[in-house]
Amino acid sequence: MRHTISVLVDNEFGVLSRVSGLFSGRGFNIESLCVAETMDPKVSLMTIVTSGDHKVIEQITKQLNKLINVIKVNDLTGQEYIERELALIKVHSTEDHRAEILRIVDIFRAKVVDVGPKSYTVEITGDEEKIRAISELLRPFGIKEVARTGRIALARSLKLKG
Amino acid sequence: MTGSEILITALEKEGVDTIFGFPGGAVLPVYDALFSSSLRHVVVRHEQGAVHMADGYARATGKPGVVLVTSGPGATNTVTGIATAYMDSIPLVVLTGQVPTALIGNDAFQEADIVGITRPCTKHNYLVKDIKDLATIVKKAFYIAMSGRPGPVLIDLPKDVLTNTEHFRYPDEVSMPTYQPTFRGHSRQIRRAVEGILQAERPVIYAGGGVVLSDSAKELLKFAERLSIPVTTTLMGLGGFPGTHPLFLGMLGMHGTYCANMAVTNTDCLIAIGARFDDRVTGKIDEFAPYAKIIHIDIDPTSISKNVKVDIPIVGDVRLVVKEMSRTLSEMKVRGKKGRLAGWRRQIEGWDNTHKLSYKKSVNKIKPQYVVERLYELTKGEAIIATEVGQNQMWTAQFFKFNKPRTFLTSGGLGTMGYGFPAAIGAQIACPGRVVIDIAGDGSIQMNIQELATAVQYRLPVKVAILNNRFLGMVRQWQELFYGSRYSSTCIEVMPDFVRLAESYGAAGLRAAAPQEVDGVIKEALSIKDRPVIMDFVVDREENVYPMVPAGQPINKMLLV
Ligand SMILES: Cc1ncc(C[n+]2csc(CCOP(=O)(O)OP(=O)(O)O)c2C)c(N)n1
Repeated sequence: MRHTISVLVDNEFGVLSRVSGLFSGRGFNIESLCVAETMDPKVSLMTIVTSGDHKVIEQITKQLNKLINVIKVNDLTGQEYIERELALIKVHSTEDHRAEILRIVDIFRAKVVDVGPKSYTVEITGDEEKIRAISELLRPFGIKEVARTGRIALARSLKLKG
Repeated sequence: MTGSEILITALEKEGVDTIFGFPGGAVLPVYDALFSSSLRHVVVRHEQGAVHMADGYARATGKPGVVLVTSGPGATNTVTGIATAYMDSIPLVVLTGQVPTALIGNDAFQEADIVGITRPCTKHNYLVKDIKDLATIVKKAFYIAMSGRPGPVLIDLPKDVLTNTEHFRYPDEVSMPTYQPTFRGHSRQIRRAVEGILQAERPVIYAGGGVVLSDSAKELLKFAERLSIPVTTTLMGLGGFPGTHPLFLGMLGMHGTYCANMAVTNTDCLIAIGARFDDRVTGKIDEFAPYAKIIHIDIDPTSISKNVKVDIPIVGDVRLVVKEMSRTLSEMKVRGKKGRLAGWRRQIEGWDNTHKLSYKKSVNKIKPQYVVERLYELTKGEAIIATEVGQNQMWTAQFFKFNKPRTFLTSGGLGTMGYGFPAAIGAQIACPGRVVIDIAGDGSIQMNIQELATAVQYRLPVKVAILNNRFLGMVRQWQELFYGSRYSSTCIEVMPDFVRLAESYGAAGLRAAAPQEVDGVIKEALSIKDRPVIMDFVVDREENVYPMVPAGQPINKMLLV
């Protein structure tokens, strides 16, 4: 099963390689890994998407906790959380297809961020589902290149009890 | 102070008395500072030797071992030693020189990314980029190496950091919010465990290296005796429970005793203490202790439920947890009864009587097991024993009775040939009054034989007993049993005359070629106190280690003598 794990780490030289080395060295798989500084410049937040059975995920969280530079590990799967990913999609766009592409972009609340003589570059933010959906719709026009950030995630704030 | 002086002063503050090392360009400043320091520096002949010596020193004393080497090749030569210590949870602080910070990343002369290389085989490592951080990093390194599940920590020291100057301020304590090892076990879990143990009809304690590392042998003995629970240990756990005790079943696993493996297979409650269910112990994992409720005490949460499903996990320092279990027994007013578990112990005795550890005796060939037995008898079991890897290691584990912790030094996790001799040197340096013997194979001893010069230089009476079968014996055994006796590359008959080799280094060399000569050689070796001794025992070449559980089989399916 797929899990999204959020990991607070010391924002120090080499930490990324400690974490990725742990995954490769123990044969855990990484679907995506995003990392950036938090409000506190001494701390970074990593969002790791991985998969494995219950036993593997338990080992992953324990092994992460064991790293000296890891502050906190939170397996978001099974909790309420928000996840987002950003993709840049360069799509082939000839004169006769431009209007249609723009309509799709509009429906998905995406943006065209670069225009060339024969292409649009579309920026889209959303969960995995949404990115897949827009990709499917743009595919017939010819997708030239895609860059994706991988997922970032945060646990939801406590919901008000109704 | 210069960085080098800060380093040396910090080591002194940590109570370090001995460093094992080898000099070179990048660490010249440290060697210069050492010249006028009271720290003892042991200069080795190969950096791998230095790390194993520090490791042997640490295992024999419980104190952290300290290593100092230069950058590049000096640093890369330490890797096997570090990985060996890491697998067996041995506390080391390894100091490596590095090219000046301005040159890092430039493929400078003798530059190696040792922090990158050792990341997966250290508990943690540091590159000191600023002299201001040096003292704190040293403090943290010792703290990390020694606390929680111990392990090696490496500090990489660029040359400019060693030569710059800074005010010396050494922290009294470290606080690391990201590193808080659990020490005390959860009290409700401990109570549940004790209740489970009291209900069990066929309990067995399976004790590992954690008992030795946490100095819990006394606590374990008390607990086991109080409830009359039989005890088996792993290779790493030998000495953690007295080898001559009536409750001791011997080692379990691939070359474990028949009765230990049968007891574990039939137990209804397996109490794992500071052990990690290694594949050499469990054999086929699905059939390991199939009827048992499993209680697992370990300081490292990642060890728990890694290989087997545990019913009652307790994360904590083994010593504190076992003590707490005994206290719980007192609270529950449980008193030790003489006849407790008598039926279960009779059953075990039955297994023991049908297949005791044994070998076919011989009057004209020296049996390797016989040498180990004689070493045990003639040292009255009081020696510190190191081993190499292979048959020599297993025969030592089987036939030497270890009654005290920290008297058996062996590379259990990594299985490093070449470990034993330097480890014995390290132990001899730590314990000058003790008899220290490396029980070796003729293959392994050649992997770090150069350290004979180190032992001669420091006039160490360390002994090496080579069980010389002119084979890479353990590999040959596997070839005999599983590859139709096709001895591919395991016959190593081209070898030095170990007696003359010893003499050429200025050590003593002795040889026994017949069983009647064994005692004489050992006695003579024990009488030599001013230099190392190599004893070359020409043993029966194709002797095998039994019992043996073929890899991947359940541990009750043993090949017996
Ligand atoms: C550094 C290293 N290389 C290879 C091995 C694989 N290996 C395990 S036991 C063994 C044979 C050891 O031969 P020897 O030292 O003569 O001991 P014996 O088994 O004959 O007692 C080998 C090659 C190892 N454990 N370590």
